[in-house]
Amino acid sequence: MKKQKFPAYYSIWHKLGHYGLQYSANLVLAFLILPILVIIPLSFNVEPYFTFTEGMVTFDPDAYSLRWYEGMINDPNWRLAIKNSLIIGVFATLIATILGTMAAVGLSSKNMPYKRLVMALLLSPMIVPLIIIAAGMFFFYAKFGLAGNYAGLIIAHAVLGIPFVIITVTATLTSFDRSLYFAGLSMGASPLKSFFDIVVPMIRPGVISGAMFAFVTSFDEVVVVLFLAGPGQRTIPRQMFSGLREQINPTILAVATVLIAIAVMFLITLELLRRRSDRLRGLDEHA
Amino acid sequence: MTTQGATDYLSFSNIQKSYDQKTLVVKDFSLNVAKGEFLTLLGPSGSGKTTVLMMIAGFESVTSGDILLDGKPITSTAPYKRNIGMVFQNYALFPHMSIAENLAYPLKVRKMPKDEIDAKVKEYLELIELEHMGGRKPAQLSGGQKQRVALARALIFNPSLVLMDEPLGALDKKLREQMQLEITRLHKKIGFTVIYVTHDQTEALTMSDRIAVFNDGVVQQCAAPDVLYEHPENSFVADFIGDNNFVNGTIVAEDGDFVTVKIANAEEEIATKRGDCGPIGSACRVSIRPEKLFIMPHEPACDNKINVTYAMRLYVGDFIQYYFKLPDGKDIVVKVLNDHEAPKFDEGQPIGLTSLKQHCTAYAAT
Repeated sequence: MKKQKFPAYYSIWHKLGHYGLQYSANLVLAFLILPILVIIPLSFNVEPYFTFTEGMVTFDPDAYSLRWYEGMINDPNWRLAIKNSLIIGVFATLIATILGTMAAVGLSSKNMPYKRLVMALLLSPMIVPLIIIAAGMFFFYAKFGLAGNYAGLIIAHAVLGIPFVIITVTATLTSFDRSLYFAGLSMGASPLKSFFDIVVPMIRPGVISGAMFAFVTSFDEVVVVLFLAGPGQRTIPRQMFSGLREQINPTILAVATVLIAIAVMFLITLELLRRRSDRLRGLDEHA
Repeated sequence: MTTQGATDYLSFSNIQKSYDQKTLVVKDFSLNVAKGEFLTLLGPSGSGKTTVLMMIAGFESVTSGDILLDGKPITSTAPYKRNIGMVFQNYALFPHMSIAENLAYPLKVRKMPKDEIDAKVKEYLELIELEHMGGRKPAQLSGGQKQRVALARALIFNPSLVLMDEPLGALDKKLREQMQLEITRLHKKIGFTVIYVTHDQTEALTMSDRIAVFNDGVVQQCAAPDVLYEHPENSFVADFIGDNNFVNGTIVAEDGDFVTVKIANAEEEIATKRGDCGPIGSACRVSIRPEKLFIMPHEPACDNKINVTYAMRLYVGDFIQYYFKLPDGKDIVVKVLNDHEAPKFDEGQPIGLTSLKQHCTAYAAT
């Protein structure tokens, strides 16, 4: 018997709606992904153009090269930018993850006063336009000698990353059964020991994905860097930004391709960590 | 409240609890518990019984009053220093640890040497008959197995007291009965002191040494199960423990421990034991258990006779439940064992019910 695609009660309008939704969803996906994918082949262009050459379309091996990747690696500006992005990203993520997790735990306690107000304040860096935050930080941080050095940028990026950690950790905490924590206490574990032995393993997926978001936020960020960074703290997005203005060539496409690869690797790692931690938490019945 | 010997192992004196500084959830809680006793706090939901448990465990603060454990006040001791085991309704097993790791956790926290921990874990796994499941994660166990692990985990570190917060609430009926036996068996074998919280009276009656019936933030009565069932002190306890009938009436005569009550809307008078009812002339409710009433003419030699009309009957299986109407229109239920040909009546047919006077108790009208 042939499998029916639609329930028998479907009218022509139901079917039209079904296909309409399907096509528009595909279209949205295409508009999201194609501009990113198109960068990848162009970054291997042998010519210093941003368009497909005849050789590229006919898959002539001579039309492709790694010269922009070489250029990226050999250019001291790009090397510094990559180093800066990693240093700032890692430390900002560390700070954002620790503070954000602590804030989320505090905010989910039922004894926390002014919960909504504090939550709104902590999440405001996500909502307030970045340019306003950046300008504010510039004037404020300058007074404390935090403009034009790593410390200032790390703090600024940590502030931008904290809301992501708070949101993801709070989400995992809502499904956390508080009686587990009480059980730890009743067995004689101090509050701190109960927290690390019982709460942390349970909320780890939220902490990890929050940390990833915080890192990507710092890694992508250009506005705050434009305001706060001195010449020594140029990050990758900042270098791309000036590259676009000064010497426009496919090196930035090569950098973009590397960034896309990093982002994809991040997402895959995230998913693997999530699965592993679900298994460790005993949520997977077939473990 | 009790006259037993050394009943002051755990004692509560005038405990009060308020969450909002205005209304008291626990109004006045005083109770003594003996070492090795199985004491149940029984009450409807919202009666404050879980709050009492949380105050013993230290997860809730005490607004006023004192809790003494083995002669020492514990209200100012941090929860993790009280050495009190706890079994939660949702088991609260650590899902990221295996069964053996769950059992070992309280011992590890106490820095017991590893070989002693292993021996103890093995002993308790055998005790709950899960010796081959030590390596499994909680998610791979059934509800009953999980609760056995939770129980073993609360006992393994020799706590001075074990608290159980409706531990069988999430299990189905069959499993619940099995676990009742299991808990009773462990209690007999190890002899720990238990404070058990439940709203299920069958559970309370079958497992406890004593039951404290809790309502409106006050202990209504604290006694052994049979005393509670047969001699309830007030009409809340009479109503809450087991099934009961209440017949409205007025007290017309007194005779020592017995009173005579005229049934509402009728001429009959019945003799009953004195409960917490008032003096002659005051309104009262007479409680008579459904199994202590007989349908005429089977037991004509009883003290009391009440005229009623037949309404309907329910076939329950081991017994049959008859519904009759009292003269004032209220229902009265009679349980008859299903051991012979059960009588059949027509709707509205006048019937006489009889009872012994020691099975009737008059309480103050509410």
